[in-house]
Amino acid sequence: MADVITYREAVAEGIAREMRRDPAVVCLGEDIGAAGGVFKTTAGLFKEFGPERVWDTPISEQAIAGAAMGAAMTGLRPVAEIMFSDFLACCWDYLANEIPKVRYMTAGQVTVPLVVRTANGGGLGFGAQHSQATENWALTVPGLKIAAPATPADMIGLMAASIRSDDPVVLFEHKALLAVKGEVPPDGHVVELGRAAVVREGADVTLVALASMVPVALSAAERLAAEGISAEVIDLRCLVPLDMATVLASLRKTSRLLTVEENPYQGGWGGTLVSIVADEGFGLLDAPVRRVAGECVPLPFADALEDEVIPTVDKVVAAVRGLAHY
Amino acid sequence: MRPAELLGAYEQMAVIRRTERAAHDLFLQGLVKGTTHLAAGHEAIAVGASAALRADDYVFATYRGHHHAIARGATPEECLAELMSRATGLCGAKGGSMHLTKAAAGMLGSYAIVGSHLPMAAGAAWSAKLRGTGQIAVAFFGDGATNIGAFHEALNLAAVWRLPVLFVCENNLYMEYTAIADVTAVPRPAADRAPAYGIPGEVVDGNDVVLVREAVAALAGRARAGEGPAILEALTYRHFGHSRSDPAAYRPAAEVEEWLKHDPLDLARGRLLSAGVNDKDIAAADDRAEHLVAQAVAAAKSAPGPDPAAALTDVWADGGAAWRT
Repeated sequence: MADVITYREAVAEGIAREMRRDPAVVCLGEDIGAAGGVFKTTAGLFKEFGPERVWDTPISEQAIAGAAMGAAMTGLRPVAEIMFSDFLACCWDYLANEIPKVRYMTAGQVTVPLVVRTANGGGLGFGAQHSQATENWALTVPGLKIAAPATPADMIGLMAASIRSDDPVVLFEHKALLAVKGEVPPDGHVVELGRAAVVREGADVTLVALASMVPVALSAAERLAAEGISAEVIDLRCLVPLDMATVLASLRKTSRLLTVEENPYQGGWGGTLVSIVADEGFGLLDAPVRRVAGECVPLPFADALEDEVIPTVDKVVAAVRGLAHY
Repeated sequence: MRPAELLGAYEQMAVIRRTERAAHDLFLQGLVKGTTHLAAGHEAIAVGASAALRADDYVFATYRGHHHAIARGATPEECLAELMSRATGLCGAKGGSMHLTKAAAGMLGSYAIVGSHLPMAAGAAWSAKLRGTGQIAVAFFGDGATNIGAFHEALNLAAVWRLPVLFVCENNLYMEYTAIADVTAVPRPAADRAPAYGIPGEVVDGNDVVLVREAVAALAGRARAGEGPAILEALTYRHFGHSRSDPAAYRPAAEVEEWLKHDPLDLARGRLLSAGVNDKDIAAADDRAEHLVAQAVAAAKSAPGPDPAAALTDVWADGGAAWRT
């Protein structure tokens, strides 16, 4: 294998590694078989594992999610693709009412070891119904674990952890990151769910980001360094479990917090994160917390309009400047 | 069904009938909170189907699911204790009337979002097919579920994947408070949809335990042989309203009277007598059912409530509820 891999290829590689080690892992979704997925994120799986383990479905999100649940309850480890994360709404009953509740309401009689993978977020000009960052939808539901990798290596490591998890995991694959290249992690690479990564160390301000907002935060930190502001960047990697220990530890150093979120400010994950900081880390802060998040509008089509809505490096830099000089 | 088997089925139906009456009475006494959707009148579907299934087959039911839990091996005590919020309930009082589940007996849950469990049953059947176990899955659902999207998505998926799953509609003529005929484009809400998916759609008298058993056995055999899914529409009638708060005043008196004369227990009793089983043996079965349920009520009443700490368990597979580190 080449020593670099794209984020897109890392999706299929992460799944393939798990399918090789565990025959209970099966895939289902629209166009995921011979076609390799509309984003080519399942390319090669059908060829290697065949129609017994890689199943094309009709355009039936409820059937996909529901069948994955029934299979997970009876001995398989399904990996279900919902093509665009906007379409999670078409099977939201399963994500909100069925998959996360069945273990609880049966007092632990069943487990639901499944992964729902879905292409998330904007940046590709697909318009309002194919571009939303919906990770905050999942965060409203107790009982779902949520992973959102930012790099190819994390994609492979979090895919491994998600498939091996006995709990249901929603794994968000960011469309704007598909072409990003990175190192190929060694076989057996697993990134534990709920472990954030400090991806840049700094002393003045903590930027907490997720998925495509991680490179935005890193670019902002680079520019801010030239201005003498030292920003620490945390890649959360998961929303549930939420690694507050890493965030609070960083704030002990920096005393200033900015979240960088693609999902709308209204109901975005940063709201939950900063409420914990206000509750448990208030004494650590020397400034108000700030959130740079998506505007509270549907995502528009044109690049020039989309840039107005999604956080950009400029917006992050401006917000950090204000915070650093508070 | 041989007489001994039929007598066993009769007794199981008698247990379900008495459990449902007990649930009704306990509700009126304020000992069951929330709501209950009683299956009195539907007993022959659960018991007849169960008699045709393997012990390791999978069953998925609805919020009107007490009969399926009992038919698959849950005890009246476990069920009533769950309804009465006791720690000894089937789901430790975390599920309630609408979510009776006995996974160890292949009864994989009662689901209260209409139609949601049909895709799950397809998934369990898919799993059985891939694992090569010869198991089948059965989804029981009401007539009202035939007009929701999940029903149609499940049928199509099951048909194109040729899954060993049966979709058994308990058509009691009413979706909640509305006659199903008033809101459905075809006369048989489940069976008439089968041709659209290229699968068999049969109709059976759902109050006759023998006919239900035969119909399910035939379709289950077919599914196990790899011939794919089927719909069975079992005609039946609720003896109570939709849920506890519903007096079912929307049902014409003559219709109610006619269906009450077509009681599944009476039908089975008639069949037993024709088969030469004597009255005394039937009465003994009734007595055993009566005794079992009376004991269940007493035991459930005296059982402790749940430990409040249980509220924060069983979200995750590790038994806990922690969502952050």
